[in-house]
Amino acid sequence: METKKVVVIGAGVVGSAIARVLSKYQNLEVFLLEKNIDVGWGSSKANSAVIHPGHEDDPSKYPLRSKLCVRGNRLWHSWAEELDVPVKWPGELMLAFSERDVEKFQYYLDLAEKNGVPDVKIVYSDELRELEPNASPDAIAGLWAPTAGLIAPWDAVLGLVENAVDNGVKLFTETEVEDIVIENGIVKGVQTNRGFFEADIVINAAGLYADIISKKAGIDFDITPRRGEYYLLEEDVQPRVKRIVHQVPTEITKGVFISETVEGNILIGPSAENLPLDAKDDVSTTKKYLDYIWESAKRLLAKMPPKSSVIKTFAGLRAEPPSGRWIIEAYDNPKGFINAAGMRSPALTSSPAIAEYIVNELIKNKLGVKLVEKKDWNPYRKGIKKFKLLDDRKKEELIKENPKFGNVLCMCKEVTEAEIIEAIERMKKIGIKTISLDGIKFRTTSMFGWCQGSFCRVRIARVAANYLGMPEWKIFVKDNKSSYGVGYVKTFFKTSQGDGEV
Amino acid sequence: MMTTKYDSIIIGGGPAGLAAAIKAKELGLNVLLLENRDVLGGIPLQCLHPGFGLHYFKEDLTGTEFIYRFIDKFQKMGIEYFTNAHLTEIENISDTEKRIKVITSKGLQTFTAKTIIYATGARERHLYEIGVTGKRLPGIFTAGEAQTMMDVYGIMPGKEIVIVGSGDVGLIMARRFALEGATVKAVIELMPFPGGLTRNVVQCLDDFGIPLYLSHAVTRVEGDSTVEKVIISEVNERLEIKEGTEKEIKCDTVVVAAGLVPYIKILEKIGVVKDQATRGPIVNEYLETLIPGVFTAGNALVINDLVDHVVEQGELAAFGASEFVKNEGIPTRKWKRVFRGRNVRLLVPHYVSGENDVIIYARVSRPMNKVKVRFPEINKEVRLPVVKPAEMISIKLKKEEIQRAVDRITMEVLSNE
Ligand SMILES: Cc1cc2nc3c(=O)[nH]c(=O)nc-3n(C[C@H](O)[C@H](O)[C@H](O)COP(=O)(O)OP(=O)(O)OC[C@H]3O[C@@H](n4cnc5c(N)ncnc54)[C@H](O)[C@@H]3O)c2cc1C
Ligand SMILES: Cc1cc2nc3c(=O)[nH]c(=O)nc-3n(C[C@H](O)[C@H](O)[C@H](O)COP(=O)(O)OP(=O)(O)OC[C@H]3O[C@@H](n4cnc5c(N)ncnc54)[C@H](O)[C@@H]3O)c2cc1C
Repeated sequence: METKKVVVIGAGVVGSAIARVLSKYQNLEVFLLEKNIDVGWGSSKANSAVIHPGHEDDPSKYPLRSKLCVRGNRLWHSWAEELDVPVKWPGELMLAFSERDVEKFQYYLDLAEKNGVPDVKIVYSDELRELEPNASPDAIAGLWAPTAGLIAPWDAVLGLVENAVDNGVKLFTETEVEDIVIENGIVKGVQTNRGFFEADIVINAAGLYADIISKKAGIDFDITPRRGEYYLLEEDVQPRVKRIVHQVPTEITKGVFISETVEGNILIGPSAENLPLDAKDDVSTTKKYLDYIWESAKRLLAKMPPKSSVIKTFAGLRAEPPSGRWIIEAYDNPKGFINAAGMRSPALTSSPAIAEYIVNELIKNKLGVKLVEKKDWNPYRKGIKKFKLLDDRKKEELIKENPKFGNVLCMCKEVTEAEIIEAIERMKKIGIKTISLDGIKFRTTSMFGWCQGSFCRVRIARVAANYLGMPEWKIFVKDNKSSYGVGYVKTFFKTSQGDGEV
Repeated sequence: MMTTKYDSIIIGGGPAGLAAAIKAKELGLNVLLLENRDVLGGIPLQCLHPGFGLHYFKEDLTGTEFIYRFIDKFQKMGIEYFTNAHLTEIENISDTEKRIKVITSKGLQTFTAKTIIYATGARERHLYEIGVTGKRLPGIFTAGEAQTMMDVYGIMPGKEIVIVGSGDVGLIMARRFALEGATVKAVIELMPFPGGLTRNVVQCLDDFGIPLYLSHAVTRVEGDSTVEKVIISEVNERLEIKEGTEKEIKCDTVVVAAGLVPYIKILEKIGVVKDQATRGPIVNEYLETLIPGVFTAGNALVINDLVDHVVEQGELAAFGASEFVKNEGIPTRKWKRVFRGRNVRLLVPHYVSGENDVIIYARVSRPMNKVKVRFPEINKEVRLPVVKPAEMISIKLKKEEIQRAVDRITMEVLSNE
């Protein structure tokens, strides 16, 4: 049996899900290439985190979106369990404030039926208030979709990548694809900043950059960055919401959502703002849109949590394709090139189904590649144990085994030294070269809480630096350009080069 | 799991906690102190500047010198304590029995006590709480984090610094950076007046040629992979941005000194009632919260600018705990509520009895010259030459004075001019 080489460009939730499904086959050698220092730091880390039910997309306009969303929603139940990724299923409540809104519910009920979304119904007064006690008194009805869920999106990517690597996928971070090499209409591989990767199949899951990659393969379209901003509120803030609450969608946006994240924080957002084509990394927040979000959210709730409970604001970028249609295709020319582009919402929800679709419909059927399943494929991965969530007996045991569990470094989220070290080991295990504070943050939720790391970042930097055998100030924060400090206080400005080394 | 019962367990080993522990021990209580960090001392440990202890020791000490007097005494007295001990839960079993859970490297431990003195200090407000937009970039620090980096860990945060906030903390950090050779590009202050002491404006900014922008707000932080500049704008009297006044300041580091919030998450979980003005617990004259046997002091009670007040509060809470232990509860039955009157932004304590002399700690809502501080119900009046929001006022009410009130006392600050 001939082995085929597959390159997946981009370790977001889509590329990682594809890599995981590809790792099931013994006659594939899979390379997952990511330009950042770590995985999942594109659209996949800053979004609403909703696993949508699938009753909001019209199959005649968006055939793939509507089909793969419902399937993705279902698959996340088993995938989240196999990958030990935190999910919950609170259900989603779309609120109507006028008779016109209620009329629109019929449209979504029809879509629910067409797309096969179970148990969607309209609820009024008592039932509405029982489902969501904090729904605005002005809401006259709600569209209830009980199958909606929430996931920790960065955990989802980590789960997918760790599992894929465990099953033989080779991850290359800090590896940026610069060109697609094509000979006689057939894909030969990709050129990167770290050399040439030979490949029979190249899958473009480069998120906001998927248009640039696709152009290199001769397939032309533009991806518009569409920014969404958010507020994140403290964990214990009152009043809160039980459900994912949102308004009736408009053409450009599903509107503002309010939910309680799997971490227990309240998340409010997003806005929707088209940016210039080249603003592919502009995740700045703006006063204008943050104000808009707060005002919109106020309409949805009977009582808003206080603004003093905001612990951070942030923004994510949607990769918006022309006319909103996902571009998931294999081509006759260049043969072997597959796009998974324009992966706007609900692609987080759909990613498991997108991965299945690419493997079954495009690789097997369209490209005619025969795939042989591995006998020993391991569907399971264990996440880093969160000390905070364990029962007392287990905590006691762990501290006995490893006293580092008894050293709480992040007070807000109660993260221990042992978990910080485990995070570093996990990074090394999947082949990450630059260990960063953000990498530790997303793996442990340290520096994620009320104080946003102002108490503990320095202590975590020390633990990490000692473990890695480097000076604390040299630890990278978000990428391999920006270190935590610039040098040692007492030598920095005194050495002629000012490089901080003694 | 081991269990021991104490008269009082003190949470937090900063000045409030240490002072409380020492006093409680002197009053004959059996005490235990728990500190989360690996060292005792709290914030003053990392304050290399003078300005500590002028009232308490009648000496001008650095933070480190000041706190070591307490640490030394504490250790000589042989008071039991744990460092690297993280309190996770308080269980209010009854008025006279509290059980706490603590994570230490020796294991998960539970302790019980008749009283708790909660002295966990404060958390700093960060950039996103004060409405600054833009990117979340490396190079943004709170003043406390920057100070810990520099003076506990020896890490230099950056070269070109912009400081947000001109309270004493911001001013002192500006000088701290300048002393190490960094360029402090500006200190930005929203209000039309500096937040800190005039002395600090002169010694920390003027002496180093550091510009202070009053009535300015930082609106955005920009940069590619690290901080490159901040955008500031002028604000009007209502603190709204004046269009067209935007200006950028190049820098690689932004230090946020925008105030503190009492760090009392765990107390909130057991139902301690908060004062919206102080954001700390509501307390009586013993600094007991509305949960009997749970006391609080220092920045966990109210944000203090002077460590001397913090220590005073620690000692008072210890006195409260000892009264509580002696009498199986604070014996007072009738309380008089202390209300905020004109120009008073916040005050503690909230309830007084007339059984003790009481110090009222308060902040005004705006700076004023030549003021009368009045307590109309008890016919008390104190004159002060200047008051500022940044400087806590402390005024002693004698018990005989308090007794004159029926059920309430109001504090107001009026201009004499
Ligand atoms: C505001 C907002 C809200 C959303 N809400 C939801 C929601 O509630 N539910 C839902 O289902 N979906 C939601 N989405 C959509 C969802 O987040 C995205 O569909 C999903 O994350 C897309 O994943 P991806 O892997 O395609 O892209 P990304 O996560 O962006 O991954 C692409 C990766 O490719 C890498 N890359 C780019 N160029 C190169 C190159 N040349 N070489 C190597 N690597 C490269 C990038 O660094 C990046 O890591 C939302 C999106 C946004 C922005
Ligand atoms: C930059 C700066 C400059 C200052 N300059 C001056 C000055 O010149 N003069 C002056 O008088 N004052 C000054 N102060 C103010 C003074 O330092 C504070 O008012 C004082 O430290 C507050 O004491 P505290 O004990 O309440 O809190 P902290 O000093 O903050 O101590 C609280 C302690 O509790 C611990 N803790 C928190 N949570 C837990 C938990 N769950 N379990 C166990 N332990 C916990 C913390 O680790 C900490 O050690 C300055 C402060 C700053 C930040």
